[in-house]
Amino acid sequence: MVCQFCKSKEATVHVTEIADNKVKKVDACAVCAKEKNYNDPAAFAIADHLLGLGAAQKMEEASEAVGALSCDQCGYTQADFKKSGRLGCARCYDIFSEGLDSVLKTMHKDTRHRGKVPVSVKRAASGVQRLQRLNRDLQKAVAQEDFETAARLRDEIKAFKASE
Amino acid sequence: MSILEFLIPASEACLRGGPNDRIVLSSRVRLARNLTNVPFPSHSKKADRLRAFETLMPAVKSLPQLGGDIFYESMDRLPALDKQLLVERHLISREHAAKNAGSGIVLNRQEDLCVMVNEEDHLRMQALRPGLQLRQAWTAIDAVDSALQERVEFAFAERYGFLTACPTNLGTGIRVSAMLHLPGLVLAEQINQIIQAVNKLGLAVRGLYGEGTEALGNVFQVSNQMTLGEPEGEIVERINKVLLQIIEHEENARLSQMEKKPAVLLNHIGRAYGVLSNSWSISSKEAMNLVSFLRLGVDLGVFGPTPKSLTDELFLRSQPAHLQLAHPLREKLGSDERDLFRAQMLRERTAIIPKPDPQALLGRRDKESPE
Repeated sequence: MVCQFCKSKEATVHVTEIADNKVKKVDACAVCAKEKNYNDPAAFAIADHLLGLGAAQKMEEASEAVGALSCDQCGYTQADFKKSGRLGCARCYDIFSEGLDSVLKTMHKDTRHRGKVPVSVKRAASGVQRLQRLNRDLQKAVAQEDFETAARLRDEIKAFKASE
Repeated sequence: MSILEFLIPASEACLRGGPNDRIVLSSRVRLARNLTNVPFPSHSKKADRLRAFETLMPAVKSLPQLGGDIFYESMDRLPALDKQLLVERHLISREHAAKNAGSGIVLNRQEDLCVMVNEEDHLRMQALRPGLQLRQAWTAIDAVDSALQERVEFAFAERYGFLTACPTNLGTGIRVSAMLHLPGLVLAEQINQIIQAVNKLGLAVRGLYGEGTEALGNVFQVSNQMTLGEPEGEIVERINKVLLQIIEHEENARLSQMEKKPAVLLNHIGRAYGVLSNSWSISSKEAMNLVSFLRLGVDLGVFGPTPKSLTDELFLRSQPAHLQLAHPLREKLGSDERDLFRAQMLRERTAIIPKPDPQALLGRRDKESPE
């Protein structure tokens, strides 16, 4: 069989893709296969299987973007990520975050979480917000020379910090 | 106590019913969660897995939401057959059945809450309900999750939500799914169209045991694929809406088959009845595919007062582990012996089903408009 791209060399790479119920067969020689990114069909198949069609290409780009990174906490490398389509630990999401967004875009509705937030996170977030607001109000009161309000806010901030 | 002793017998388990259970066999909502500071199970050393196990098992076991009467075990202490039994009941995944030391299971008495420890993520917890009850399942598992958050700290990032081993589960970590019996759409050859349409909506359609499995017995599993960027409640409502439409299509397909091709329908149902009640050797695959038509017959009133719990029981008991564990001598059956024993069980259980009554189908056609 002759390579379908260069039509001269013997085709040694055969890939069958099924997308939208259409079967697409690729028969290419080693050189063209590499050029067209068909050099590692197994890895593509796994990524596509796990993450949905089109994800493999994005993963390839993502792993190139992060370079030769590895996780300082679990030792996971970009090669592991590329191979398995999975991450090693929670910290990996920080380490590999660059490039991850494009992967997430192909498989999810959005790249930012909406939905349930752990109670502890919610508590912490509302605490920080409250403190920020009190500090802002305090500065405003001082600027307006409203010292009565400023004193009240100062006490409130003190009490809030003590309760944390 | 062994899992076989703990589990509700198949005949009783199948008595549980729910809304739309003519077509929706069960609803399930699963959440994936991980601990902070311990690598995900797939990438952790045994010591790390055991650390996660030691942290999570006690925290889960004592949850008030599970009630006091629970079954829990480390996966290495469960015989292969018991694990298979849990897979056939859809309580654990096939992947989890392959796990050993460092992985565990916690199951409540009603068998509607089941937690897998150290599957692909540290925690995979699920709520199951008969029929179409996605909202109820979500509420139940949401409560379990909230209670656990008071006891252990889950890996969470403001931007990405709950962190999971595979980015496909990131964010909410939720998998909402329903098991559907769709013989009408299969017979009408509309099933592929439906699958394609459902896929376009970002939902996955899979076989009986989930990813990469066949649709044995015309049973299909529909679930969400996207977990990030949409709140849990919206995902549940979106799937609920799609399921209601699939139900309508299935009912329409059954009606139009009854009107246009009653003989074809009766042929399938009658042959299924004939083989199941007269065979002396039958594979699980053949049995399950035939039981599907028996259930369709029950739904259409062809078998008089036969309850669908009976066909659901046959469906469950035809599967290898259920069959093996029902053998009176408990001796390990080879696959040929299993086929003989399965045929015997089916002959005995179908003996109480009356012969199919074609009038139930044909008579209905003659009436003006039954509904």
